[in-house]
Parts: sequence; structure tokens; C-alpha cells
Amino acid sequence: MPFEWFVALRYLREEKAQTALILAAVSVGVSVIVFLSALINGLQVSLIDRTLGSQPHVTVHVPREVPRPLVYAVGDRAIARDVQAASQRLRSIDQWPAVMAEVERVPGVTAVSPMILGAGFAVRSDAKEPVMVRGVDPERYGAIIDVQRRMVAGRFDVSGGDVAIGSTLASDLGVGVGDKIRVVTTEGVEDVVTVAGVFTLGTEGADRTWLFTSLRHAQSLYALPGGATTLELKVADVFDAERAAGDVRDRTGLDADSWMKLNAELLAGLDAQSSSKWMIQFFVVVAVALGIASVLVVSVVQKSREIGILRAVGTSPQRVLRVFLIQGGVLGLAGSLVGSGLGGLFAKLFEGLARGADGAPRFPVQLDGALFLTATGIATGVGLLAAVIPARRAARLDPATVIRNG
Amino acid sequence: MAEALLVVEGVVKEYGERVRTRALAGVDLALDKGELAALIGPSGSGKSTLLNIIGLLDRPTSGRVVLAGTDTTGLDERALTALRARTLGFVFQFHYLLPAFTALENVMLPAWGDVGLPSRAMREQAQELLRAVGLGDRMGYRTTDLSGGQQQRVAIARALSRRPALVLADEPTGNLDTASADEVFGLMRRFNRESGTTFLVVTHDPRIADRCDRIVEIVDGRVRSDRRGPSR
Repeated sequence: MPFEWFVALRYLREEKAQTALILAAVSVGVSVIVFLSALINGLQVSLIDRTLGSQPHVTVHVPREVPRPLVYAVGDRAIARDVQAASQRLRSIDQWPAVMAEVERVPGVTAVSPMILGAGFAVRSDAKEPVMVRGVDPERYGAIIDVQRRMVAGRFDVSGGDVAIGSTLASDLGVGVGDKIRVVTTEGVEDVVTVAGVFTLGTEGADRTWLFTSLRHAQSLYALPGGATTLELKVADVFDAERAAGDVRDRTGLDADSWMKLNAELLAGLDAQSSSKWMIQFFVVVAVALGIASVLVVSVVQKSREIGILRAVGTSPQRVLRVFLIQGGVLGLAGSLVGSGLGGLFAKLFEGLARGADGAPRFPVQLDGALFLTATGIATGVGLLAAVIPARRAARLDPATVIRNG
Repeated sequence: MAEALLVVEGVVKEYGERVRTRALAGVDLALDKGELAALIGPSGSGKSTLLNIIGLLDRPTSGRVVLAGTDTTGLDERALTALRARTLGFVFQFHYLLPAFTALENVMLPAWGDVGLPSRAMREQAQELLRAVGLGDRMGYRTTDLSGGQQQRVAIARALSRRPALVLADEPTGNLDTASADEVFGLMRRFNRESGTTFLVVTHDPRIADRCDRIVEIVDGRVRSDRRGPSR
């Protein structure tokens, strides 16, 4: 074993109490970092999951209609005008299959689904509820939002004239699978349809107002033969959605909104949460560094005589320096390994303890290799850094002074 | 005339910033290869200061030290450490062994710390030295589990482990009873005779000094007398 490692490890082993104490401190610090990160990351992922459970990553639609003047002010002619905002009617994306093919080529886009999105009412006897009619191609739509997996009754089968509706809407209307309801659209078209399935997406808005039918059926409900008002996209990395939306805008000239833009408040909240997480971790790291540094400083003072002897018998200052750097690094590494284990264990215990009524964890945690690697890397680095000052001090010890003073 | 291993010329050492204390006031001394010399003198006469300067642990305020043909005046810390490691061995009054290590490890440390990696030859040589000082059965003991005489013998083995040209011993028998002191001095004398190692021994003990080849007496930071001992 190299000299520096041999001496460093021997001294760590010799001073069991000190070593144990500082290992405990590093472990606790690292376990706090791991636990906190796992918890907050888990919460964030679950929040985003829930948000994206009923939302596409990017929505593409035709730009809003803008008022167009009938006459222009040209040359020396001035006009007085009163501009009225244009009314927005339901319009199809022009040549949407070609647009869809173009959008599919945008890097990062993994799925595209056409849709007709319109408003209307679902009526059954006395009950008349407002609905958002979503005409979709079920196969393509499954890649955007997996409704089939969230069915509470029946199937997500919207072929022919059948519909799938949200669970709140079903109970408000008092209908179940196989019942018939009347759909009245804003275009004034009416149809009687059969409820083929009831879903719950976990968001009140969706469960109260969403009504799925086939794209073809919706086209006739909204008098848009062959049309699609919206394209919904899924991207590989959810946080890449805004970039993908920008690409789509550039390529198609259509409007494209990412979930990030539509949920700016949620993202701001997540950002604030992340900042507080970083703050806490920063201070924990500082505390760990101070702990390692103080133990090593004391150790250098305690061992100054022995360091002087090592120097006197021919050990170079560089080797003495490395002995203490190794001690700092080893303390950081060992402490972070124990701390990672503890932190992971705590996180899993915590997840297991707090469970909702459905048995799903109320605080889902996210543990991954990257988290452990980062925590281990940081703690080892901090250990090394914390050892720099004591190590330099040890390396600078003057052997003659030490020997003279006994 | 034998070759000079050590030449000390006009060495002055002063301590203190405002109040200057003169520990050495111009020392001239030369040691030949193979000598076993005693350095004696009353407390505070500058013996240990001179030993530290010869041992390259301390620098003189003025004057120069030439060790094994190398003038040490302008050398930096790294060069001094290297020269110290390769030419000098130390035996201190308080053995200065490292309590966290075994006797064998203590003897190996100088070579190990110089080269970096341990070798079989290093281990075998350390074992041989420990057997030579009569501690063949104590190699794996922590130095704290050894008696004072045994500790000092480990220290001698350590001092000899790099086969130094010159061993500096500061009161090596100062803490030992008469029998152990005799044993320890006997060892030094044996290594001096058998391997030609030069020894400079600081001592208060006239019995030890009288058994050396040469006795240098220092008083008030100057060499007062330098004579051949009765053993020659």
C-alpha cells in the first residue's frame, strides 16, 4: 500500500472515537441531502405526472383571428376607426395531415394526435351539463394520454357513435356504461350517443367536463368534415416541451403552447421548491465541511509531534499533505456511502408509512443512481477540500521545532 | 587521513526577534567516516541545537554545513528532506517512535516514506535490523507495548534502516537504566564497527562518553575541547 494511504488509514483506525464521530456527522449530512432530494424530486415528478396526466406536452392550434381593416390609411388619407376584437370561431387546421407529418419530424416529438375540440352540452332528462367534446383517434390519442388505463367502468371505445365521459360528469348525469345521452354542440348539431366507458384522470376539470368521441363523429358534430382543430404532442423530455413548441411554431406558422407555458405557476412553485432544496443542501454541505475540517485540524495539532518525526526521518512535506487529504477524502467517501444508504432507507420508510386511502404513497420518493453518485461525489470532494487547510498546516510543520519542543 | 563526512564551519545560531539569544557562537567541527564521537557539555550549551543543524532540521544563522560532500547552505526544503533521508539517521532521547505503528512498521517507515511503496526487500531489511537489535520476537508489537530499552533499540534500528552514513543520537541513553544504556550503546558501537556507520552521540553520561572514540565538548555555544577518547 502506498505510504500515504497506509499512514492515513492507520491514523483513522487508531482514533476510533474521532473517526466514528466525524463519519456520523458526514453520514447524517449526506442522508439529509439524499432524503430531501428523494422526497422533493418524488413530489415534483408526481406533481408533473399528475399535471401531464390530463394534458398533452404541446398543443398546436390555428392562430387566433385578428381584426382586419377594410380600408387602409394611404398617402394623405387619414381614417378614424373603431377596432373590434375579432370573434373566434371553431376552425380546422388547414391540411392538418400534412401539418401532422411535418410536426412529427420535429426533434424530440414522440407522438402526435389530431383532435377536434369543441364545447357543448350533455343532456339526460333534467340534467344538462356543459362538456368539452374531444374527438380523437383512440390509437393515436393513447400515446398522448393513456385514458384506457384510467377507465373506472367500461372501455375507451369511441368507435361509431359511442362516447367515454369523466366520472364526475357521469354521476352528475346519473348515467353509467350502456346508457344513452344527448349531445348538443355549439354548432347546433344534436346526436344521441351511448356511454361506452367512464374514466377518471385525477383532475376535477377533466373528470367533470370531458367527453371523448371519435374524430369522425366530432367532425360531423361540429360541421368540420375531414377537419381537426388541434394537434396534441408528446415529447421525450417533458422539460424540453417549450423548445419543441417553438420549433413547431417556426415550422408550421401555427400556434403551439407547451404545458410549461400553460402551467407557469406550477413551474414557478416547483422552482421555488428546488431553490429551497438547494439552500438546505448547501448549508448541510457547509456544516459537513466544517465538521471534517475541524476534526482534521484537531488531529493535526494532536499529531504534530508525530508529523515532525515523520518529517525528520525523511518524509517529504508533499507526502504529509497527501496523508491528510486522503483522510479528508476517505472520511467524505465513507460517510457519504453510509449516509446514502441511510437516506435511501429513510426515504423508503417514509414512503411506506404515509399512504393514502388507495394504498398509493402520499409522498412518493424518487431514488436514483445519479442522486447517490452526486451525493457521494459532493461529500468526497468536500472532504478533500475541508482537508486542504489542515493538510497544508501539517505539511508546513517544522520538524526541528517539533523535536526541540518535544 | 580519513575522508571528512561532515564539515561544520563557523556555524552561528541565534533565536528570537527582538531579544537575540545566541545558542551557537561559531562552531567548527569535522567528522571522519567511521568515527563514533560524543558531544558533551552542560545543559544549554548548544549541543542539541548543533545536532539539529547538522541533522538539517534547522538552518544556521550563519556558517555552513557540508554533509557527505554536499554544501547544504542554499538547498531548499525538498532537497534538504531528500538529503536527510538518504544520509542521516536519528536517535532521540525520547525514542520518538510512532505509537500507532508496530516496531516493524516504525523501522520500515523512513524508507517507505521516501520511496512511496513498500517492498519485500524493505521488509526483510527491517526484520534483519530488528533481529540485530535483539527484538526478533517483538516485531509485531506496538511500540507502546515495549520497554524503554526496547523502544530505544527500535529507534536505533529505524535510524539505521536507510543505511545512513551518519547517525545523530541525542541522549539516546538519557532515559534508560544502566543495563539498558549499556546495551543500547553496545549496539551503536557494534554497528559502528561492523558497518562503518559514523555516530555523533550527544550525552550527559560520562560513562558513555568515555567509551567513544572522540569527545567534543561544547560550552556556551563554542567548542571548548576536542580530544580522542580513552577507548582509542
